[in-house]
Amino acid sequence: MSLIDSVSLPRSFRLPRVDGLIQWIVPLAIIAIWQVASVTGFVPTRVLPAPSDVLLAGWKLLLSGELVRNIWVSFWRASIGFLIGGSIGFAFGLANGLSQLSAKLTDTTLQMVRNVPHLALIPLVILWFGIDESAKLFLVALGVFFPIYLNTLHGIRTVDPQLIEMGRIYGMTDGELFRRVIFPGALPSIFVGIRFALGIMWLTLIVAETIAASSGLGYMAMQAREFMLIDVVVLSILIYALLGKLADSASRVLERATLSWHPAFQKR
Amino acid sequence: MQTALRTSLSETELASRASFAPHARIVREERPQQAIGLPLSIRGLRKSFGSNEVLRGIDLHIPAGQFVAIVGKSGCGKSTLLRLIAGLEKANAGSISFGQDVQAEDIRVMFQEPRLLPWARVLANVEVGLGRDRASADAHARAERALTEVGLADKRDQWPSVLSGGQKQRVALGRALVSRPRVLAFDEPLGALDALTRISMQRLLERVWRDQGFTAILVTHDVAEAVALADRVLVIEEGRIAHDVVVNAGRPRERGSAELASLEASILSHLLSAEDRT
Repeated sequence: MSLIDSVSLPRSFRLPRVDGLIQWIVPLAIIAIWQVASVTGFVPTRVLPAPSDVLLAGWKLLLSGELVRNIWVSFWRASIGFLIGGSIGFAFGLANGLSQLSAKLTDTTLQMVRNVPHLALIPLVILWFGIDESAKLFLVALGVFFPIYLNTLHGIRTVDPQLIEMGRIYGMTDGELFRRVIFPGALPSIFVGIRFALGIMWLTLIVAETIAASSGLGYMAMQAREFMLIDVVVLSILIYALLGKLADSASRVLERATLSWHPAFQKR
Repeated sequence: MQTALRTSLSETELASRASFAPHARIVREERPQQAIGLPLSIRGLRKSFGSNEVLRGIDLHIPAGQFVAIVGKSGCGKSTLLRLIAGLEKANAGSISFGQDVQAEDIRVMFQEPRLLPWARVLANVEVGLGRDRASADAHARAERALTEVGLADKRDQWPSVLSGGQKQRVALGRALVSRPRVLAFDEPLGALDALTRISMQRLLERVWRDQGFTAILVTHDVAEAVALADRVLVIEEGRIAHDVVVNAGRPRERGSAELASLEASILSHLLSAEDRT
């Protein structure tokens, strides 16, 4: 016991800290090389401004309040669109996973719609909604719908039938069977869908904001292009990267908390 | 009522009583006979899947508390018979009766796979076995008692994924036992275990059966296992009971004794001669 303690304690103590550092080594190195290349004139600042200039531009926009306002607008659009599209996708996934009738009725239609690239609908969406909020929400919701629908459906269909039979033998009602067997069994797959959907959510939003918007990060980048403010353009791109990473981390935390039973999450 | 009596009298209590009152000893010795087990009568049972007739008229009586093993080559219908007894399939003809009305909790099945919920801790998995009593106040206590019976009380808060194959199967046994079933059906429960774990599981099965006195029906492809555990071995061939062999050896059984070995050999020769004929 004491031997095991003395061996495992320092490891569990050290690992997370090292892990936390390792993942930032490559991004920081890239920024350092970039800074050196800009300062020495190896890369002209008209092509790519130095990281310090980008940071400065960010600081100015932060002081004017413009940055926070635009990030907030984009974040709000992303979340609301995700919630709407995600819940509809989840609902269809549940219905078609649990009911043969529902699957027969809707799955073929949904598969056909899925094969239309949703960004191809932008001209139509602009004609329908103009460039106000509902256009962006519609596109994000549509983009997010499919990964969540497909993975929820897949998760429910692949729940071990032996476990379902076991639940029935032990007298579980339909509600209990869903709550205790089917839903927990489908959860790992649902999370895969959520992480795919988060990627699509940013992609859709940025494209939509770049083409038709009067606020948000995509709009900020397009405005900056008009005035040749290349540092602001680069800043917007970096903020996308950070927000994407943030959304992914949030879903990982959630995944870890709800799937603690899963062997893949018991390593440490 | 009987269940309550049984669980309230521990081994030591019974032993100490025996020294004061002579008749208490008789009660203890008679335990398997006056058991909570249910008798089982099967008449003209038939089952087909499509055009394939799997069971072609099974007639069988199993007295209360008997340990019956069913052997036969794969596809002979032994698992189907077990699933019919457990109520997992519907027969095409014939009847199965337990001599009285039974509740779902009275009949339990244990499979070759443990079928534990990976997202529920060991104790919660055992509680699943309580059926409709899951929500009752003593659910935890009963599940803990069942876990102690299968020797895994210290694993109650573990996830199933960290248990070994034998331990998972013991949790599954605890889940089957927690509702104090009166008929327990085993569908090759030890088929996936290594040789040593198998033997210790066989001993555990024999012990809980002797303690609780349920009627046990064990489907197995291992004739040695059948002979070591059962009072009676049924050989099924082509959907019918071809042989009904009584095993008279005393308990606890001595593994590898000449008596069991010769029985095993004679049952195996039945099975092999059937193989040659087809």
